[in-house]
Amino acid sequence: MNYFPDEVLEPVFDFITSHKDRNSVSLVCKSWFKIERYSRQRVFIGNCYSTCPERLIARFPGLKSLTLKGKPHFADFNLVPHDWGGFLYPWIEALAKSRIGLEELRLKRMVVSDESLELLSKSFVNFKSLVLVSCEGFTTDGLAAIAANCRFLRELDLQENEVDDHRGHWLSCFPESCTSLVSLNFACLKGEINLGALERLVARSPNLKSLRLNRAVPFDTLEKLLMQAPQLLDLGTGSYVPDPSSEAYNRLKSAIQRCKSIRSLSGFLEVNPRCMSAIYPICANLTFLNLSYAPGLSGNELTKLIQHCRKLQRLWILDYIGDKGLGVVASTCKELQELRVFPTDPLGAGNAAVTEEGLVLISAGCPKLNSLLYFCQQMTNAALITVAKNCPNFICFRLCILDPIKPDPVTNRPLDEGFGAIVESCEGLKRLSLSGLLSDQVFLYIGMYAKQLEMLSIAFAGDSDEGMLYVLNGCKKLRKLEIRDSPFGNAALLEDVGKYETMRSLWMSSCEVTLGGCKTLAEKMPSLSVEIINESQQMEFSLDDRTVDKMYLYRTLVGHRKDAPEFVWIL
Amino acid sequence: MEGSVAYENDLNLEATELRLGLPGTDEREEQTVSNVRNNKRPLQVADEECGANGKSNTQNETAPHAKAQIVGWPPIRSYRKNNFQPKKSECEGPGIYVKVSMDGAAYLRKIDLKVYTGYPELLRALENMFKFTLGEYSDREGYKGSDYAPTYEDKDGDWMLVGDVPWEMFITSCNRLRIMKGSEARGLGCGV
Repeated sequence: MNYFPDEVLEPVFDFITSHKDRNSVSLVCKSWFKIERYSRQRVFIGNCYSTCPERLIARFPGLKSLTLKGKPHFADFNLVPHDWGGFLYPWIEALAKSRIGLEELRLKRMVVSDESLELLSKSFVNFKSLVLVSCEGFTTDGLAAIAANCRFLRELDLQENEVDDHRGHWLSCFPESCTSLVSLNFACLKGEINLGALERLVARSPNLKSLRLNRAVPFDTLEKLLMQAPQLLDLGTGSYVPDPSSEAYNRLKSAIQRCKSIRSLSGFLEVNPRCMSAIYPICANLTFLNLSYAPGLSGNELTKLIQHCRKLQRLWILDYIGDKGLGVVASTCKELQELRVFPTDPLGAGNAAVTEEGLVLISAGCPKLNSLLYFCQQMTNAALITVAKNCPNFICFRLCILDPIKPDPVTNRPLDEGFGAIVESCEGLKRLSLSGLLSDQVFLYIGMYAKQLEMLSIAFAGDSDEGMLYVLNGCKKLRKLEIRDSPFGNAALLEDVGKYETMRSLWMSSCEVTLGGCKTLAEKMPSLSVEIINESQQMEFSLDDRTVDKMYLYRTLVGHRKDAPEFVWIL
Repeated sequence: MEGSVAYENDLNLEATELRLGLPGTDEREEQTVSNVRNNKRPLQVADEECGANGKSNTQNETAPHAKAQIVGWPPIRSYRKNNFQPKKSECEGPGIYVKVSMDGAAYLRKIDLKVYTGYPELLRALENMFKFTLGEYSDREGYKGSDYAPTYEDKDGDWMLVGDVPWEMFITSCNRLRIMKGSEARGLGCGV
């Protein structure tokens, strides 16, 4: 292949789109590395501290789309202090100074300031798409800058961000000349919206395919928007509290009939449950239904709605659906691939919550199921074994028993055998989250069977270092390991230090690793950054045998980061 | 605090034994179950009951009101967690506390109506509080399918079925709640 000129190889490489494949291609030889880097347009950086903007810009001059992830996953659950890091600004600053024509930016768990949004909006003429997931640090002023300055903006997608809402008129900042919007999602904003500006914006966006509104958008506006945009594929309602006797409600019913393309539905942040029947006409074609932010429905109304959704592939709901409701899902949604059941009341136990029964029903009725997130009151080994038999295709299996060390209530045993059955049966399993009472045995099974596992989340599990060692030794493809409140210590941490170079990151909090152990690891592996997050200020640097509160380590090409706050020690 | 916690370091040879059998074919000894209990680190909880206590499941014995709050658990994005408490934090002024009685119950309870966004949430909360189930609501027949009916006393002193009027009207006119049981409840919904 070395005898082919670059012009022949370039179009061939154009067909290679996945990041993994591109990375492999670049390792073959110097000439392939060169061709690949010049032709690469999309780059994914799973840990923003593993490299730096300068290296990115130097290697990929043709960069158009950048995905960046910042804080470790457990930051989503308040385990990482706010100012830990993950700042966007340095990236935008460096990219702005370069000749990179950035068009798309996708961020997860990053700290995004208004300044960075403003700089972004002014620096890249062809900027088209901004997707922010679980980010923080910005206000609606930053959004106003994006709206005002990105003349060819196609996508503004805000998912579950903490945004300081200045109740401004950011929506009005889209100029009259902006007609290019394809996707607009502001469901996570808490404040008021200029409704007139929204209506006008939708009216002049003929390519708009995805629209997700926030709670402040009332029913009357929804009805008007639907009249303007019958071409929508994806709709997220804001408030859905119609007066059933009103003209607006009648108009909505006919507007819905015209929206024949809607395949994805979400929202109902506030809802009049008696008016859900207006939605039934679009249910037949839905492939994604997200009612996980709609606590205002009853289990009955929810199941009645789902009975109309025979083509559903992805379903996100709250646990008030109950086991019986899941039975209805199982008998209706034969195409179901992904199910997420969130707790209605995260802190308490409710009658309406789900148990192992619901999951078994789903597994029996939905053989295509490959992705699960399930918050439940209890789980049994028998149920998990049945689920494993019924659904061998799981790629992602996340089970969260609300009581974190609850055993199998029938046998009073740990859930080792149940999870063992899952990993043994599901050969393609890439992501696993454990909960319930678990001993080292479950890790033995994971190390033995979970050969494709890339991400593992452990909480309150295991008996000894053996548990962690089974995983580190057995899971060859492991990339991310996050552990909390489990009795794993230095012996496990230090047994195979080279392993961490093959992984993106390791998180351990409230475990048994000591400061001395972490120091040893940092010494042996200069290619890793070993961070100790120490909020309590009790720790003195010299006391090596004290256990560490939170440790986060990751491989990096660029050494220790310079932006760490005071409470983060990089060893 | 957690640095000084000791736990037993058992050899636990069985756990390291490699087996080729399917999981679940070889029953584990009772002994290893108790090893598990003793090795478990106590949770970082305020609840003192959760110490190692032999084989019995202490979690079952914990009273509902002593449910401990563990940092970062359950693992739900903070955005989602915060989203479900907005009524409580955005509440301006005092709550609307009403007494709730249940036929046959020894004592009454009190709830704050402002905390709920609508009937389904309120009814779920009542079901949880008194451990019962309501039937399905319909305009014509009230709550069909159970022995219970939720009623309230309005400003005129009349006993009304919960669910007929818009929510906002309900919370401003509700003086107290009563969950009726038995034949009295069944008679309420019928159009006889």
